[in-house]
Amino acid sequence: MYWDKKHETMPKEQLRELQLARLKATVKRVYENVPFYRKKFDERGMAPEDIKALDDIKNLPFTVKQDLRDNYPFGLFAVPSEEVVRVHASSGTTGKPIVVGYTRNDINMWSELIARAIVMAGGGPREVIQNGYGYGLFTGGLGVHYGAEKLGATVVPVSGGNTDRQLMLMQDFGTTILTCTPSYALFLAEEGKNAGIDFTKLPLKAGIFGAEPWSERMRAQLEEKLAISAHDIYGLSEVLGPGVSMECQEKKGMHIFEDHFIAEVIDPETGEQLPFGQQGELVFTSLTKEAFPIIRYRTRDITTLTEETCSCGRTHIRMKRVTGRSDDMLIIRGVNVFPSQIESVLLEFGDTEPHYLLVVDRKGNLDELEIWVELSDRFFSDKVRFIEELEGRLRSRIGSVLGINARIKLVEPRTIPRSEGKAKRVVDKREI
Amino acid sequence: MRIKQISIFLENKSGRLAKVTSVLGENSINIRALSIADTTDFGILRLIVNDPDKAFNALKEAGFTVTSTDVIAVEVPDRPGGLAGALTVLQEAGINIEYLYAFLQKATNAALVVFRVEQLDEAINALQNNGIRTLEEKEVYSL
Repeated sequence: MYWDKKHETMPKEQLRELQLARLKATVKRVYENVPFYRKKFDERGMAPEDIKALDDIKNLPFTVKQDLRDNYPFGLFAVPSEEVVRVHASSGTTGKPIVVGYTRNDINMWSELIARAIVMAGGGPREVIQNGYGYGLFTGGLGVHYGAEKLGATVVPVSGGNTDRQLMLMQDFGTTILTCTPSYALFLAEEGKNAGIDFTKLPLKAGIFGAEPWSERMRAQLEEKLAISAHDIYGLSEVLGPGVSMECQEKKGMHIFEDHFIAEVIDPETGEQLPFGQQGELVFTSLTKEAFPIIRYRTRDITTLTEETCSCGRTHIRMKRVTGRSDDMLIIRGVNVFPSQIESVLLEFGDTEPHYLLVVDRKGNLDELEIWVELSDRFFSDKVRFIEELEGRLRSRIGSVLGINARIKLVEPRTIPRSEGKAKRVVDKREI
Repeated sequence: MRIKQISIFLENKSGRLAKVTSVLGENSINIRALSIADTTDFGILRLIVNDPDKAFNALKEAGFTVTSTDVIAVEVPDRPGGLAGALTVLQEAGINIEYLYAFLQKATNAALVVFRVEQLDEAINALQNNGIRTLEEKEVYSL
């Protein structure tokens, strides 16, 4: 089953032609409308006309997260503000988020891709889709929502959290497809079981899980505990949001929607493009986006691409599960966390040489973040109240900067291990 | 009238108190009074010692988070209601007590109590005006 058979099964040669035409148009659009790109192209002595073949993409400059931050908030938009119908934002490494925008056409394209994704998971217009992704600035909630509506399904916009209500609605509304982070889905499964729910008796049949890394082990658990078919979805705000790639019924990698994106894998050290089958950093170029086109965005996600034909009939290349990051970003409960965010808060508090450690663990299927902070003389007092107040202020500030709650643990000086050169900032105990 | 108290941050893990006391022992520092305030995650050890400056430096060097605070040592009559008398005086003078603790040993027939208050001078005056003695620094350190 396909949502858009023409594009999803387009013969390779035709697909490459479409990509080339769209790449040329995108490059022209950014060159003409975004000073940032024009400057970068000019510095390389490149003009949009230099893109003659798909392979020429490797001569284009990379775009990195810092570029998005430097152009906060709307500097990389390629359309006038009246054409932007929505913005989303995701966490950056400092207080300022990364902002992306969408035109009406962009929202429509995004919805199309989510509709494709739901069909790939075995869904159709008659589904009741319980959308447990967070609604708001995060792309997950609204992205899936509009796609599910496009498909003609019934969306239950429950957003994240509130487990009792999730379980109640799932039973009462007859949810057939659950969309949320895989760790939250496992948590729901456990809580449901404890509440005496027999998932095999519910109409629930599929799950579309993303926004954080997961594993085949977790898939097996989810499929068994929830009595569903569990599918991996991938995306990132900078490129679109969820719906950049999605697993079909074969579950042998996620098809990248190549009519809208060009994916490359590069060596994160040298920036050299790597051949199919070789592991490296994933890089995306958007082909149809209007408000926020992006050229060769370095995702920092480590994966492998495969060009082998898939028995589902789709011709789009596939990416393996993301196995890691080429930077120090952590994904905790679906939220991107950078250790440097903690550092910026500690500096804000006047800790001139902050020493800290992020300890992430998964307890009962939910991620927990504990932040160890070495208590410097500046923060110390003989009064318990003073230190507890400090702890409270740190907790609330870190919570608002990261967007998730963390436990603060004050530790004695020089107890967090120092290593030569790069400090160790993260201990990730999760077994995913 | 003011005496120096040394406070040390302690994580709640085994061996920390032993480490502090050995550092003090190695530096021939004698503990006169102590108290520990503890929470679920950490503790604060407060000490009155015979040589607070030396203790401060030795603990700092050993890597502890240390701070020095001025407190008062009050001589309280060693009889029922003795402490209540001193507390009433402070309460009537409108002085809040952050915390207090007793000395390990007695020098005289009176009990010695360390008071941590914000308004030190006011506290000292109020106590003296009511005939309650606060100890001099050298008296405390040489106990």
